[in-house]
Amino acid sequence: MNLTYQTIAPGALRDECLRLREGGMDFLVFLTGLDLGDEGFGVVYQLENTQTKEQVNLRCVTPNREQPVLPTVSDIWDIANIYEREAYDFLGIIFAGHPDMRRIYLREDWVGHPLRKDDNPEAQNPLRMDNEPLSDTTWQYELSEDGTLTKRENVVFEPEDYVVNIGPQHPSTHGVLHFRVAIEGETIKHVDPVLGYIHRGIEKMNESMTYPQMLALTDRMDYLGAMQNRHALCKVIEEAMGVEVSDRVKVIRTIMDELQRIDSHILFFSCLAQDLGATTAFIYGFRDREKILDIFEETCGGRLILNYNTIGGVMHDLHPNFVQRVKDFIPVMRKGLKEYHDLFTGNVIARNRMEGVGILSKEQVIAMGCTGGTGRASGWHNDLRKLRPYDAYDRVEFDEITFETGDSFCRYMVRMNEIEQSLRIIEQLIDNIPDGPFQEKMKPIIKVPEGVYYSAVEGSRGQFGVYLESRGDKSPYRVHYRSTGLPLVYAMNTACRGNLIADLVTIGGTFDYIVPDIDR
Amino acid sequence: MALKRPAIKNIPYEEFKDNETFEKLVEELNQNGVNIAVRSLDWLFDWGRSHSLWPLTFATSCCGIEFMAVCAARHDIARFGFEVTRNSPRHADVILVSGTIVKKMAPVLKRLYDQMADPKYVIAIGACSVSGGPFRKSYHVVQGVDEIIPVDVYVPGCPPRPESFLYGMMQLQRKVKVEQFFGTTNRKERDPFKQEYKERSEKILESQEEA
Ligand code: SF4
Repeated sequence: MNLTYQTIAPGALRDECLRLREGGMDFLVFLTGLDLGDEGFGVVYQLENTQTKEQVNLRCVTPNREQPVLPTVSDIWDIANIYEREAYDFLGIIFAGHPDMRRIYLREDWVGHPLRKDDNPEAQNPLRMDNEPLSDTTWQYELSEDGTLTKRENVVFEPEDYVVNIGPQHPSTHGVLHFRVAIEGETIKHVDPVLGYIHRGIEKMNESMTYPQMLALTDRMDYLGAMQNRHALCKVIEEAMGVEVSDRVKVIRTIMDELQRIDSHILFFSCLAQDLGATTAFIYGFRDREKILDIFEETCGGRLILNYNTIGGVMHDLHPNFVQRVKDFIPVMRKGLKEYHDLFTGNVIARNRMEGVGILSKEQVIAMGCTGGTGRASGWHNDLRKLRPYDAYDRVEFDEITFETGDSFCRYMVRMNEIEQSLRIIEQLIDNIPDGPFQEKMKPIIKVPEGVYYSAVEGSRGQFGVYLESRGDKSPYRVHYRSTGLPLVYAMNTACRGNLIADLVTIGGTFDYIVPDIDR
Repeated sequence: MALKRPAIKNIPYEEFKDNETFEKLVEELNQNGVNIAVRSLDWLFDWGRSHSLWPLTFATSCCGIEFMAVCAARHDIARFGFEVTRNSPRHADVILVSGTIVKKMAPVLKRLYDQMADPKYVIAIGACSVSGGPFRKSYHVVQGVDEIIPVDVYVPGCPPRPESFLYGMMQLQRKVKVEQFFGTTNRKERDPFKQEYKERSEKILESQEEA
């Protein structure tokens, strides 16, 4: 939808934010920086009241290009901590009062800020083959009354801390993620995630691509939510251009999204089991997953990277075998699910390692913006399919799975139960896929009217949103993807503190983050 | 002893698409002739080694998921003796670079490669590690892993199908099967194929020192 936003002067930002927070705006949906050219640098905030579902969009601009400084909101919404570090890394916006102004994706010795329009990252940063520096201290900047910026050193790890590096090459971090973990005995004191080992600069690349070209990269971010990611981007462009897709496309997209969700949750189960040493369960999971991949392959041509949704429709019509294949698959999956429960869910070792471990309360998940299964395991009703139904979700019946405890076991069970719900959704839709065109007629060159847009879908692991700012050209002015995984990685510190180091693997496994989606 | 069409029993010679490179390789190996006794031992060693190559579990992104699928039941990598995936580079023979390598990851990958014990092999899996793939224009992506480590087999695709994975790995097996184990492969300094890489990495280091 087209966003209406309030522009707030930097001086008034904190008061306004505090007032909104008091008024119940407890969820910071996304925060991102913008390069506005001569106007300076801006930051956009989207806030949501989790009770009333009201949303507010704010924008704060600083005209100073030499030394852009804005006040921090990291003490108001916990998750702003990591979002502001991202804005600092990409655009060099300094957040006064932020306790930890370090780069987050790029190397500490990186020169420049790549998302600035006048920055030339390739020229300034040749391939560096020396080991990257990692400091144990960080900076906090303060802006005084007369406009001078002072900085103070903050400590991340004390010299006497015992710090263990987990990753970037570690089999159970699920990709190239790096945790620096301070431990005392076997108890975790502090987890400091180091990101960017798969930062591919997608947001910057998008700024020089046409809209159809952009689509290809979304599949490759969260590859277990390839359908949903691309769906979100198509949705935001369609809404911006006022294109209404046919009923057939809506139903196809819904079915595909749900198949993808099952695919992702099976992989979650397999990997978690593998991390806990249950190799058999891994093989069982992949056995069933191949069946979904067969269905995808027949219609889309790809197994993992599907490239199926397009602006105004889908790439090809459904394969004639599709309906039958899906119908055959549903009972197979139900049987498989029962096997998983027999094999793994009831297992004493698995239970002991998951129950009561890594507890997050409802307030914590909201403050840290952990959407998706992780949030629902703590009792936060955040399923966008229920809150703001899109496509065909308003005409199907399904339950939003929530738990109360918020431990690893709940996070695991949410995903297992969601497989069943996804099957239910597919069952209701598969027999009545309406007729109609599978692709609307679009102009050969797609231009999005000037404006600011945001649209989100429920991805496999949370709210996946696309923020799009267009100036009416063939390519967007700024794109930001609300990553589903970034809040989860941020929450690792809170969830792991006080637990044993061996539990870090289980907690990380049940969070179910995908690293290329975090790094983008 | 000429070694023109090395007999590889399990796969017919015609089934491979690229036999030229392979024959060139054999020719280079045979330039100075070989000792019969040593060569027979070579055959034995290479036969054994080619069927128990241990890959390192190394995956940075999407292609890694396909690698997991290759390891799982349907495609079953164990049929070719690749099933012992190792988590430590010191145990591994071959590194399958599956996924995009970005500038921050490059020194880490290089270090992993250096930690592996000789003889070691590299397979570049997927468009990203072959050339940068869909992210070639990005400011933070290495344009192909051969900029930092020497690559034995390239497997294109985005992601490559499991069949291509297996095909690529079988290509590596062939390569291993014709190697002169004694005197070359087991002695890194005399390996003619790694020379080029050495020069290149020295060049990168030099250019860095200047900068
Ligand atoms: S080649 Fe394609 S599938 Fe493989 S890592 Fe690169 S983008 Fe992902």
